[in-house]
Amino acid sequence: MTFLQTAFYFFAAVMVFAATMVITVRNPVKSALFLVLTFFSAACVWLTLEAEFLAIVLVLVYVGAVMVLFLFVVMMLDINLARLRAGFTGYLPIGGLVAVLMVAELIFILTGDSFSADNLPRPEGHGGSYSNTRQLGSVLYTFYVYPFEIAAIILLVAIIAAIVLTLRKRPDTKYLNPADQVSVRREDRVRLVKMPAERRHSGNWSS
Amino acid sequence: MTIFEHMEAVYLTVPLVCLAASAIAGVFGPFIGRAGAHWIAILGVAISCALSVVVYIDVLNGNHFNGVVYTWGVTGGLPLEIGFLIDELSAMMMVVVTFVSFMVHVYTVGYMHGDPGYQRFFSYISLFTFAMLMLVMSNNFLQLFFGWEGVGLVSYLLIGFWFEKETAIYASLKAFLVNRVGDFGFLLGIAAVVYVFGSLDYAAVFATAPQAQDMTVSILGGEMGWITVICLLLFVGAMGKSAQVPLHVWLPDSMEGPTPISALIHAATMVTAGIFMVARMSPLFELSETALSVVMIIGALTAFFMALIGMVQNDIKRVVAYSTLSQLGYMTVALGASAYAAGIFHLGTHAFFKALLFLAAGSVIIALHHEQDMRKMGGLKKAMPITFITAWVGTLALIGFPPFAGFFSKDAIIEAVHASELAPAEFAYIALVAGTFVTSFYSFRLLFLTFHGKPRMSHEQFARAKESPWVVTLPLVFLAIPSMIVGAIYFEPMLFGGFFGDSLAVLPEHDTLAVLASHHHGVHGTSLVSETIMRGLRAPPVILTVAGFLVAWLFYIKNPELPKRLAATFGAIHYALMNKYGFDEFNDIVFARGARAIGVVFWKVVDAFVIDGVFVNGTARTVGWVSGAIRHIQSGYIYHYAFAMIIGLFALISWHLITA
Amino acid sequence: MIPLSHYLILGAVMFSLSVIGIFLNRKNLVILLMSIELMLLAVNINFVAFSHYLQDMAGQVFVFFVLTVAAAESAIGLAILIVLFRNKHSINVEDVDGLKG
Repeated sequence: MTFLQTAFYFFAAVMVFAATMVITVRNPVKSALFLVLTFFSAACVWLTLEAEFLAIVLVLVYVGAVMVLFLFVVMMLDINLARLRAGFTGYLPIGGLVAVLMVAELIFILTGDSFSADNLPRPEGHGGSYSNTRQLGSVLYTFYVYPFEIAAIILLVAIIAAIVLTLRKRPDTKYLNPADQVSVRREDRVRLVKMPAERRHSGNWSS
Repeated sequence: MTIFEHMEAVYLTVPLVCLAASAIAGVFGPFIGRAGAHWIAILGVAISCALSVVVYIDVLNGNHFNGVVYTWGVTGGLPLEIGFLIDELSAMMMVVVTFVSFMVHVYTVGYMHGDPGYQRFFSYISLFTFAMLMLVMSNNFLQLFFGWEGVGLVSYLLIGFWFEKETAIYASLKAFLVNRVGDFGFLLGIAAVVYVFGSLDYAAVFATAPQAQDMTVSILGGEMGWITVICLLLFVGAMGKSAQVPLHVWLPDSMEGPTPISALIHAATMVTAGIFMVARMSPLFELSETALSVVMIIGALTAFFMALIGMVQNDIKRVVAYSTLSQLGYMTVALGASAYAAGIFHLGTHAFFKALLFLAAGSVIIALHHEQDMRKMGGLKKAMPITFITAWVGTLALIGFPPFAGFFSKDAIIEAVHASELAPAEFAYIALVAGTFVTSFYSFRLLFLTFHGKPRMSHEQFARAKESPWVVTLPLVFLAIPSMIVGAIYFEPMLFGGFFGDSLAVLPEHDTLAVLASHHHGVHGTSLVSETIMRGLRAPPVILTVAGFLVAWLFYIKNPELPKRLAATFGAIHYALMNKYGFDEFNDIVFARGARAIGVVFWKVVDAFVIDGVFVNGTARTVGWVSGAIRHIQSGYIYHYAFAMIIGLFALISWHLITA
Repeated sequence: MIPLSHYLILGAVMFSLSVIGIFLNRKNLVILLMSIELMLLAVNINFVAFSHYLQDMAGQVFVFFVLTVAAAESAIGLAILIVLFRNKHSINVEDVDGLKG
């Protein structure tokens, strides 16, 4: 068993275990943490496929950003776990049956001839000078440049949508409107009053 | 030689001046006033009449015209045109139509005096003249149909002119509906013409007609020649307009309209449209002996049986109306016998004397303050001498007493039928000859009941009865003159002199008039007219006419009690005649109530239940019911939808496995 | 050598696990979202594996896009979750049945 094989089967096993934990543990915080582990293992598996850039992106974006977001949300919300867990096992048989059948069917298909090592042998690994990032970039910025732009817009829309969805004004919060502040004029604030000068009290200065 | 430089302009002016007069009288009626309306209308028709005479003389000088004035549409390569065909036939019709119309216009001034719808009436009759002129001047089927429908529409408007009167509304509706039946056949006929000949133009159709003779179509399992089908369909239209059995029922009822209308439409012009049309289509009808036989049978039935009804009617106008029906039957028989010239000749003479009779009847009605029942008349000859004399002239012309106009035309028809070799000619001949007796009887009955004998109305009414004003009597006189003389004048040229030229087509084997001509020319030395009179005086029709006169005299002057006893004796026949053979009742029960019953079925069952209930509401209900049943699938829970997707995926994979 | 089918089986197992996750945690919206992330990961594994075995960069480009869309989806999904919690004080899917027919 080569190192590559060892690494693959090890990370695959970790991944399946972590994924199982994600869907079974009680606490959503633990779930999220196991999800991090799943993604991390997946990144490692991708490394065995020479997809270094995507592996790093998966770690950075998912583990670093998306999962943190999950954690924030989970911890911010005061969730009644007991209620959410109710009926958890009730669907286990049917869900398990469907899943097992599906896995069985998929394995039946996938172990067929078309995907066997003879039919589709693993290509030789590239040398040390190979740069997956350069390869991906050279395709992404040329042939897939329009989809790439669209992806950028999707992200922008997602940002705006997330903000719009969560933005709210609390009636009991005091806040300033910058626009009002900027557009204020002197006339609104200062009133010039003309009045006759007041006569000084008779008498001397000193009093 | 042409009288005017541009005859086309004259042709165009003849109908359009009537249309303009109608529009002015109708639209600006309230502004131009009553006198304005009648002056405009009379002026219009007078110009039209004068120009028609000009055209007539022009045509007699050999200047024919067949051309398109305006193409207002092209559909599928078929041009829709306004065009004029001016030949002897249409020129003669133009003169008859405009002259009678002119007389009626003048007469209307007196008859409709004081009627609130005065301007409207003039607008209608001018419009009618326009439509009739478009009909006779047309050079294509579509314009013919336009004029055809135009006169039908105006007829409807005029019969229902007194629209407060329930019977008038009923009569106008009846006329309209019955005419629809005929028009439907007519329209189908035109459609068949377009289908077979691909053209609406008379000349083109007539030119290709002989080639279409062998084309057949299978109808209800039997093979029929296309020409026969076309002719029969067109003749259905003629039956509607010219009031032939069994589509005659509207004409007697149309007497609900004002009397000038009865004279104009239901005697002289509109009802002759069918006769004119068949004569115009003579190149087609000549090719189908079946159609000619049908025409002859229908005409003979109408001529005899409608005359019988005339014997028992008491309304003075209805007697004349049934007389019209009968005379139209004579014309139709003439057409069936291929004696088109005789039919048209009778049409012309009949236009004069029947208009005269109607207007005379109207004159009597005015004098008696709109009393139309002959049982309440009598002894008016002293009070109304001009009406009396002209009515006598009209009657003598109608019964065909030589040498009045009706004699020549009717004699020609009867002789032509006698000479015809078609199968029903024998029957038609007997019907027509017997018809002369009946015609004579009811005509003199009318005269005797109205003008002779003792007055049967109240004394003050009799005392007030006086001759009508000049606007009424003048047309009577002007119509009486041609009623006396046109027969003798035109007898020879019209029937034997080739007056109609190429406008009427007769195949040699059908040419019954030629047979007559050969008879006449057998004797030399005497003129044709005098010879015909001499022969006619000894022939059965005239003898029967005299017999009819004698019987009428016996019944209504000598022994007025006799008719009642006779009616009692022949109760069944009298009953049948009084009820006009039950056509009205039959139509009422079968068609009117049948249509209503079908309508109720369609309304309640087809519309309300099937369409509304099953299709419209049923669709909505089914959708509602189905969605009510399947809405429970939409639980609203996201995971249900997710399950559905997953199970779908599972099913897809399984399907892939099974098929692979 | 590792055959392609082993990677694909790994993807299939991951996919099935996420399906079970959806079945089991059908009330907890957060776990549902996580399951969806797992599902996308399973797809991505397949993409990357095919990309490598067929030596075609397109597979990795697609993974890139899937990651983008997945990130956007989880951001919006979590935002919706927060709004939902704010309004209903619950993230129980059973409380969210406004689409009920």
